[in-house]
Amino acid sequence: MQTAQAMPIQVRGLHKSYKQLQVLKGVDLEVEKGSIFALLGSNGAGKTTLVKILTTLLKPDGGTAAINGFDVASSPDHVRQAISLTGQFAAVDEILTGRENLIMIAKLRYLKNPRQVAEEMLQRFGLSDAADRRVSTYSGGMRRRLDIALSIVGKPQILFLDEPTTGLDPEARIEVWKVVKQLADTGMTVLLTTQYLEEAEQLADRIAILHEGRIIANGTLSELKKRFPTSKVEYIEKQPTLEEIFLAIIGKKEAE
Amino acid sequence: METTKKHFFIDISVMLGRSMRHISRSMDTIITVTIMPIAMMLLFVYVLGGAIQTGTNNYVNYLLPGILLMAIASGISYTAFRLFTDVQRGIFERFNTMPISRSALLWGHVLTSLVSNAISVVVILLVALIMGFRSSAGILPWLAVAGILALFTLALTWVAAIAGLSAKTVDGASAFSYPLIFLPFISSAFVPTASMPTVVRVFAENQPVTSIVESIRALLSGQPLHNDIWIALAWCLGIVVVAYFFAMRAHQRRV
Repeated sequence: MQTAQAMPIQVRGLHKSYKQLQVLKGVDLEVEKGSIFALLGSNGAGKTTLVKILTTLLKPDGGTAAINGFDVASSPDHVRQAISLTGQFAAVDEILTGRENLIMIAKLRYLKNPRQVAEEMLQRFGLSDAADRRVSTYSGGMRRRLDIALSIVGKPQILFLDEPTTGLDPEARIEVWKVVKQLADTGMTVLLTTQYLEEAEQLADRIAILHEGRIIANGTLSELKKRFPTSKVEYIEKQPTLEEIFLAIIGKKEAE
Repeated sequence: METTKKHFFIDISVMLGRSMRHISRSMDTIITVTIMPIAMMLLFVYVLGGAIQTGTNNYVNYLLPGILLMAIASGISYTAFRLFTDVQRGIFERFNTMPISRSALLWGHVLTSLVSNAISVVVILLVALIMGFRSSAGILPWLAVAGILALFTLALTWVAAIAGLSAKTVDGASAFSYPLIFLPFISSAFVPTASMPTVVRVFAENQPVTSIVESIRALLSGQPLHNDIWIALAWCLGIVVVAYFFAMRAHQRRV
């Protein structure tokens, strides 16, 4: 089963139900090494269920899911060696400091120099100033950055980000986007789920749309755009969104 | 297999270090746990004690074992609370997607419970000494008392783990300990069971607290142990086994 060229993520005909409710109705997808793959879908589309199956937290009812060629259901230990999960809510220990959180995870990854690894991560994620403050004093964006930092301690090959920017303000969202883009540059494979088309556009090499338990579209952004061509050209005056106004004001302030 | 075993101890020590930090940063939890039993002790010794006939002349000595059990019963609700928070915050999910021992997280919480309850017990012992508690017991009986208390803590902690892992709300996670805190009242902890009406007495004499209280009392006063010690141990071990099984099941379901 496992070959040298095994895809980082390979899913075939995946099914999952909670009692009567069918959440996944035959999902197929593949993610190439070193790419960012966005799974786009509305609330309840089954994104989190799919991520939970891929990260060994849930067992599928049917179909197969493999990470680096290892089946998630039958060899979860091999899968866990390769992956890391950043769940929907920042899984950080609020009572510990940022540094202590990182050292704890580094120890659990059995790394040689937990302190040094923590220090590097704090610098890389711009948390050095807050390193010795308790996480309960962190802002939403800082928590999320720490959360992602914790997930990549020990350099997992594949990172799952489940709605990494849900609940963040626009500024924090852009901070997180920057971090995710940097991760892809290091060769890490990233699968992220999102409700925002814009987020998928910003980050992903490929986008799949999950709708009511099935993948209804899968391709690069330009491929998707070609498949759904705009049939007529309209001229409309574009109003700035509240987000753009907000960012413009913030940007101005910082420039002053 | 060798490395898995080695990792298991690393995992547990990391988890223990983590939750010990939680305790040292929230010392108020120790105070909340000890203040109610100490208040009970003051109330019973200085207000009600004069009217209670126990057949001994040192009521603090008579009362102390029950007070200690009460403190442990309220202390373990913090274990339920901590576990619940870990589940809520997604910390369980993070750990369970890492290649670490699955039970290490639970054991970390359980060891923490043992340590924090031991601290509460020592605090209460010191207060009892000030109030006139005296014991002629040597080192061995004291070790036996420590052992029984540890086993009792372990039993209730695993019960707390079930609550913490399966609760829907934070109140639900900690509320389960209230009935446990009141068990000592319907036992021989405060008054001899002989004075109770039959139905209550039958319950009091056959629930775990009475046999544990009687064993600790006998050990501390140098009296012979009788059967109570075996009944006490059977209760504690039985609860450990059953609660451990259900806690593990709740853990698996929660993942």
